[in-house]
Amino acid sequence: MKTRPFLMFVGPSIVMMLLFIAGPLITVFVQSFQQTQSVFETVERETCDPFGCKTENVTIPQVDENGRAIRETKWVGWENYRVLLDWQNVRAAFAEGGRGLTDVTDIAFWGALRFTLVFTLLTLPLIIIVGMVLAFTVNSLMKSIRGPIIFITLLPFIVTPVIGALSIRWLFMGDGIITAQLERLTGNNISMFAQGWTVELLMYFYRVWHVAPFAFIIFYAALQTVQSEQIEAARIDGASRWQVIRNVILPHLMPLIVFVGLIHLMDAYRVFDEIIGFNAEAFRISLQWLTFDFLTPDDSGNRSIGRASASAILTMIGIALLLIAPLRNTWKEQTGRA
Amino acid sequence: MNTSKLNRLPISLQLIVWITIIVWVVIALFPLLWMLVMSFKLPIDGFHPNPFVVMFGPNTLENAGGVSIINIVLAGVVAYFLISTFANRDDLLERMGSTEDGTNPLIVIAFYLGILLAGVLSFVFLIPWVSSFFKLLLGSIPLLKTLVEPILGLTTQHYEAIWIENAFYKQFLNTLFVTLGVVSISLTIGTLAAYGLARTRTTWVFWILIMALIFRALPHSTLVTGYLPPFIEWGLYGKRIAVIIVLVAINQPFTIWMLRSFFMNIPAALDEAALVDGCNRLQAFWNVIMPIMWPGVITTGLFSFLLAYNDYLVSALLLDGETRTMVPAILAYFNRETTLTDQLEAIAAAASITFPLFLLVLFFQRQIVSGLTAGAVKG
Repeated sequence: MKTRPFLMFVGPSIVMMLLFIAGPLITVFVQSFQQTQSVFETVERETCDPFGCKTENVTIPQVDENGRAIRETKWVGWENYRVLLDWQNVRAAFAEGGRGLTDVTDIAFWGALRFTLVFTLLTLPLIIIVGMVLAFTVNSLMKSIRGPIIFITLLPFIVTPVIGALSIRWLFMGDGIITAQLERLTGNNISMFAQGWTVELLMYFYRVWHVAPFAFIIFYAALQTVQSEQIEAARIDGASRWQVIRNVILPHLMPLIVFVGLIHLMDAYRVFDEIIGFNAEAFRISLQWLTFDFLTPDDSGNRSIGRASASAILTMIGIALLLIAPLRNTWKEQTGRA
Repeated sequence: MNTSKLNRLPISLQLIVWITIIVWVVIALFPLLWMLVMSFKLPIDGFHPNPFVVMFGPNTLENAGGVSIINIVLAGVVAYFLISTFANRDDLLERMGSTEDGTNPLIVIAFYLGILLAGVLSFVFLIPWVSSFFKLLLGSIPLLKTLVEPILGLTTQHYEAIWIENAFYKQFLNTLFVTLGVVSISLTIGTLAAYGLARTRTTWVFWILIMALIFRALPHSTLVTGYLPPFIEWGLYGKRIAVIIVLVAINQPFTIWMLRSFFMNIPAALDEAALVDGCNRLQAFWNVIMPIMWPGVITTGLFSFLLAYNDYLVSALLLDGETRTMVPAILAYFNRETTLTDQLEAIAAAASITFPLFLLVLFFQRQIVSGLTAGAVKG
């Protein structure tokens, strides 16, 4: 295609992405060095009661002629990052009398980073294994019931993430049905939402439940493209079932395992809906939730845009670091093959 | 050696296969099914520790009524007819007027809508009417009486409360507006761009695609952080159009990638033939390529729909009060101090949200699977 029609076709989308994705990124970067606050002024106010009058100094937000609070934006340098990273307390945690990493993860940002990374790296193998097992299992079923099984499998994947998380939370809540059965079996009082690690466990479970179907579909589709002659040849040569899987089928699936892994790294690093669905913010937060929380108006209606921007920038640096190694590997393989 | 014998699984492996499948089906369905069961019960039954009480709902039966054996049988018959019509849809559609070019998409849509309408009509009118007829007929006969008396506790009062008293349809309309906006805008822009990218071979194309891939990895909250201050400044905060803009932007990289892989499947010789015959690029695109591209566009549209419909983060940050969409509304409802009845209403609302998605998978299973594998298998 020549340049002019190419620009005509691609132009709107490029403009859209530059304006609405690249643009905001620059804004976020600038904002992360700023702080916006209401301007306060101190006025003398006279209050009178039956015992006489007195004047006192009170601090109130300045308002403009429309009655809206005046806000000013000022440069604060690295202040937002400093507050987020909280080096002082990190150092204190490792100094004499500190509890080391336990104290560090009590700081919002570091706790969020810990959870996000563990969540991403722990669910990655789980999803690939569950997806793979499902793909092999469904592939060995008779053709007539594969359709219904795929239909059922797609449901957890397609359901609204927050609702899916809620539906699992309802099973485990104080008087949820599964908690009730577990309590009857063990005779203990079980509360899944009273401590962090059980909530974290449920969030892992939810994510595998939600994403394994995606891995399954990809692997299952790939299994259909494995040449049956190859498998038959290997079997006739005396390879066991397991050897066929390991030496013939898995190499065939390898590029797709990498693909699913990459997509999952991107998506799991953004973990957010689970925190909302399981109402987990008291115990576990993720990096994206941290940004979300700064953007949510507090009781007096203020949003900490500066903090949110700093946390967003740090989150992006994290995803870049996480993706750089696998992407470079795929890159090398691609260019090596070509 | 006979290879089909070699490939047949030994009994022990077959057993493992079946156990795995059954365990997975239970895990996949149970949370959603249980949500559905609870939403039809009064709080005493809904939150009862005994699962059989939750399923059969004795208290609901006593205080709010239920369904009889006749009801259940009738529902089963209707469901059987609907499902078998649906399962044979390919044959039926072919008989209803397929041409050599395949079935007219309008007929397919009419067919699906027809099934849906038949389902709604029979569950709202037909089954109650026929049941009351049976009740008149058998109600006074000693033994047959048990057939028409309610045995399974079931109440729709939570659904009525949420949709009518709490005006949940407002949130539904908001979601509908946002979703339709996102799907139509991102498909329009995305289809044009993907076509351009699929039919051009320069390093530019490569870098645009890489850029889109990087944009795809961005956390959504990052983008919202950039939008929020200007949106508040310009008075866009709380407007549904603001959410549409953000979601279209978030969705654009994915749309381009997916549509491009569909365009790549259409041989470039087709456009070239059209160009030689005197079409310009736009005419070739619209008259020659688009008519065979519809399946790809529909598939990508489904995924755009899911993104917009399932979004919580963007809508929760940019919308408030009257313009709120369904998902944030349920959360707000559920997370405040509530009575058990309120919680069941939230569950009913959650089940209502899930129902359209259920239909989506039912009608478009093939497209969803092809969409998921479109980028992957070739990648």
